[in-house]
Order: sequence, then structure tokens, then C-alpha cells
Amino acid sequence: MAIMINGAAVAAPGDARVSLLDLLREQLHLTGTKVGCNQGACGACTVLVDGERVLSCLTLAVQADGRSVTTIEGLGSAESPHPLQAAFIKHDGFQCGYCTPGQICAAAAMLREAEAGMPSYLTADLTAAPVLLSRDEVRERMSGNLCRCGAHNGIVDAILEVAAEHAA
Amino acid sequence: MIPVGYVRASSLGAIPPMLAGDGHRLLGGGTNLVDLMRKGVERPSLLIDVTALPATIEEAADGGLVIGAAARNSAVAAHPLVRVRYPILSRAILSGASAQIRNMATVAGNLMQRTRCVYFNDVAGSRCNKRAPGSGCDAIGGFNRYHAILGASSACIATHPSDMCVALAALDARIRVDGPGGARTIPIGEFHRLPGDTPEIETALAPGEVIVAVEVPASPFAGRSTYRKVRDRASFAFALVSVAAGLTLDKERIADIRIAFGGVAPKPWRALQAEALLRGGPATSAAFEAAAAAELAHAEPLAGNAFKRELAKRSLSAILAELAGVSR
Ligand SMILES: Cc1cc2nc3c(=O)[nH]c(=O)nc-3n(C[C@H](O)[C@H](O)[C@H](O)COP(=O)(O)OP(=O)(O)OC[C@H]3O[C@@H](n4cnc5c(N)ncnc54)[C@H](O)[C@@H]3O)c2cc1C
Ligand code: SF4
Ligand code: FES
Ligand code: FES
Repeated sequence: MAIMINGAAVAAPGDARVSLLDLLREQLHLTGTKVGCNQGACGACTVLVDGERVLSCLTLAVQADGRSVTTIEGLGSAESPHPLQAAFIKHDGFQCGYCTPGQICAAAAMLREAEAGMPSYLTADLTAAPVLLSRDEVRERMSGNLCRCGAHNGIVDAILEVAAEHAA
Repeated sequence: MIPVGYVRASSLGAIPPMLAGDGHRLLGGGTNLVDLMRKGVERPSLLIDVTALPATIEEAADGGLVIGAAARNSAVAAHPLVRVRYPILSRAILSGASAQIRNMATVAGNLMQRTRCVYFNDVAGSRCNKRAPGSGCDAIGGFNRYHAILGASSACIATHPSDMCVALAALDARIRVDGPGGARTIPIGEFHRLPGDTPEIETALAPGEVIVAVEVPASPFAGRSTYRKVRDRASFAFALVSVAAGLTLDKERIADIRIAFGGVAPKPWRALQAEALLRGGPATSAAFEAAAAAELAHAEPLAGNAFKRELAKRSLSAILAELAGVSR
């Protein structure tokens, strides 16, 4: 087996202690994914595993064996940015940029969740699908990603713009 | 972290012999165990990945649900049957942790998650009877804003952190387990234990036993049920107080009612006294307040968490008024 990382097969490490985050950053030098708290509380390390947003700091790399991982490097590039990346630039969705890769990976998955009708704690009608993403809904659904710079207003604006394009 | 082995269990039958070794532990999503390993609280020698256990969510013969142990928290919250029939469970899960963590966390892992007491997590600097039995409890005279006001002991005052389990307590869920002694079913009320003199023993799970599934019985009241969580920030924080409640009305009277609190006790706290006072009685805000006061009369607040008694009373009165559709 192997871990598919942004489309390339990588052998799972022999040492089970290696987190997916450390595999990405220290061994594969995919440093877009950031280390914040290393304990699940900040979201800076968010990546997609089989398309779902997860925390790479609390995932052991061996747990990802046989699965496919997408990091910010796999979502878009400077030449061909992901729509969320373009929207973050347009709306000043960052200051230092440290939380940004995690925010964008989380937002990409979040938009798909909402489309599929995944409710949030705030959703009044738990059975509505797709969910209409209000500002409060986006804030609730993105609460796993902290931003110490306080760029949240721009982050939410950027996500709402892409959500509207999705819906259109 | 100390070196650790890793294997994947391909079937339920394969697990008991694997679990027999010293320090052999089950691994769900890892959101609690990996964190505690990194902090040195947990020091397993072998991790047995059980995420290939059944993760299905199926309707039971009695109209209830059977949820596989490896079902992810997000999958349970999103399941159509859960959303329609058990809003209390959907909302409780959705109020917990973050979307990323809910995608990773399994139902069994959520049931087995350990306390978030900061002293429990601080291996180098704090005494903790749960982590090191007999060493003392630094929370009792320390920062205990998040600690218990009901069901605690002089050995440990930690709260159970789960939101999902509070809803399961209100729903009278049963935990299906399997192990060396055979298969059995444990009512949720007996699954988590109060600390007494042995805070290190947290559940009724015997050594070598594995959680296989959670049975949620058919519940007439669950259609009119919800979960409310009060915390220090609006999202992604553990509960100071939470309430899971459901009721059925017969005209203005309460035909049946279920109430459980989170954030106030070492286990999900089923408010049996308040339920008994309200069942058959009028659905009025005065009755709700009286029942809440009676349930919280036994609370033993600490220096840092006296506010929880009033917060729990008000939260319960408010949620019942909302469910019954009476103004306060
Ligand atoms: C930052 C952060 C915030 C959080 N906030 C909340 C919150 O607000 N509300 C809330 O409810 N929770 C919260 N959580 C906790 C989260 O819900 C739990 O960590 C999660 O549910 C654990 O599930 P898991 O599958 O990842 O468990 P794991 O970490 O894999 O395992 C936890 C325990 O369960 C045992 N186990 C796993 N599977 C089985 C099985 N089949 N049978 C028997 N034992 C088993 C393991 O051996 C281990 O002891 C938070 C966690 C973090 C990191
Ligand atoms: S409250 Fe319990 S978990 Fe916390 S320090 Fe005391 S004994 Fe340990
Ligand atoms: S680094 Fe993973 S959540 Fe903070
Ligand atoms: S932009 Fe600096 S942490 Fe978010």
C-alpha cells in the first residue's frame, strides 16, 4: 500500500509515531501545511483525506495508508489558483498567511459538505439540502480554523463569494 | 512519544487476541488517543486500528437505530434517519469539536474519550489521581471552572467532555460490546462511572472488550428534542453546561420527558429527579423552573464553578420552554 499525496504514491513511514503533518512537512517538504498547536485546536494543519477535511497533526501517517491526501499544494498553484485562493487574495482573507492553507483546505471541503446538505449546529432545519450558507453558517462551519491575525472578516467574505459562484 | 506498533484489525474476531498484550490499545480516529500519547498521558505499545469495524447506521427491528462503532461522528450527525428522528443526537454531535475532528472521530472513540481536565493533561507539572492513582488532585484547590458540580468525589472532580454521550443518555442508548467474556449490552447510564475512590476506572468496559455498536431505541419524544450547549465562546469549545432534552405533550400536560446534562458531572448526567417531577404534570415555565431547581439542589460547587448551578437551571428551563412552545 501507499499514501497518495497530491496524486503521487508515497510509502507510509515505518515509525507509527510520525504524524501525517510531519510526513508532509519534514519528509516530503510540502511546507504549505502548517504546524500550529499540534493538538487539534487550531486547524492550521488541515488537509483533505479522501476529499474530507481532517487534521494532519492528529492523524498518524500510517492511518492514511491506502488513502488519498490533498494538501494546499495539490489544490492550486500561483499560476493556476483555486477559486478560493483567488478569492482570499481579493478579499484580504489573510495577514501573515500562516492559517491560510488550513483555512482554504477546510473551506474547499466545507462548500462540498453544504452542497450535500450537511447541517451545522446552527442550521434551523436539519433536513434542508443544499444548505444556504449565511455569514453565521460559514463562521460556525469554519470555527475549527483559528486566525491569530483576526483576518476572519475577509476569510468569510472570500468563502461567501465562492459559495455564491458555486450556487450560481 | 515512545515507540509504538500499529496494526489494522480486519475483523471483529481478530481483535480480542490482539488486545491481550500489555499496552495494546484500540485506535479509532486518534483525535484523543494520539493527542494523549504526544502529551505522555497515554503510553501504548501497540495501536490496533479499528476503523474497519462496521460503520453502518441501520434501522433496527423496533424502529430504533444501530450505529456501528466505527461510524464517524459527522456521518452520524448527517444521516437522514438521525436528522429526522433524533435531532437531539444530530445537534449534540454538531455542537462538539470542529468539522475536521468530527470527520475523524468515531462513535466508539467519542464514548471512550477522556476528560479535558488540564491537570490530567499536565504530566510534568500536576498531581492527578486519574492519571497517577493516589498522587492527589490539583484541580480541587486549583482552576476548576470546567469541573463537576454533581457526582464528583474527593479523589476526582473531572467532567466527561462528550456532547454526543449526553444525547445518548437522554435517549437511553445501549452500548453493544464484545470480548473474552462474550457479547453483552451495557445501558448508557451504566457505561460511564462516577469516580469514587477509583477515578482511573472510567467505564464499565472490561479489559479486552471492544465497543461494537450503539443501539438507539425508538423514542416517541425524540422527534421533539434538541440539544443546547453553553460555552465560553460561540463555537469549538467544550461545554460549561449543556442540556439534551425531549418531550411529548398530551394537551398541556407532559406525557413523557427525557433530560440529560453535560459539563456538570463526571458522566452524562441524566436528570431523573426533574423528569419524575415533570412527567404527567403541566408544561409551564413555573414547573420547568421548579424541576430544574430540584435537580440542581444537590449540586456541590467548587471555588471556580459556582455559576454552573444557576447556568444549568436556566439552560434547562429555557430548553424545555422552547420544546413545549411556552413563553417564559
Ligand atoms: C481540540 C478538540 C476539541 C474537542 N471538542 C469537543 C467537544 O466540544 N465536544 C466533544 O464531545 N468532543 C470534543 N472533542 C473530543 C472528540 O470528540 C474526541 O476526541 C473523539 O470523539 C474521539 O474519537 P476518536 O475516534 O478519535 O477516538 P480515539 O482517539 O481513536 O480513541 C479514544 C479512546 O477510545 C478507545 N476506542 C476506540 N475505539 C474503540 C472501540 N471500538 N472499543 C473500545 N474502545 C475504543 C481508544 O482506545 C481510546 O482510548 C474535542 C477534541 C479536540 C482535539
Ligand atoms: S479532577 Fe480528576 S482528572 Fe483532574 S486533576 Fe483531579 S484527579 Fe486528575
Ligand atoms: S496544528 Fe493541527 S489543529 Fe493545530
Ligand atoms: S492570517 Fe495570520 S493567522 Fe490567519
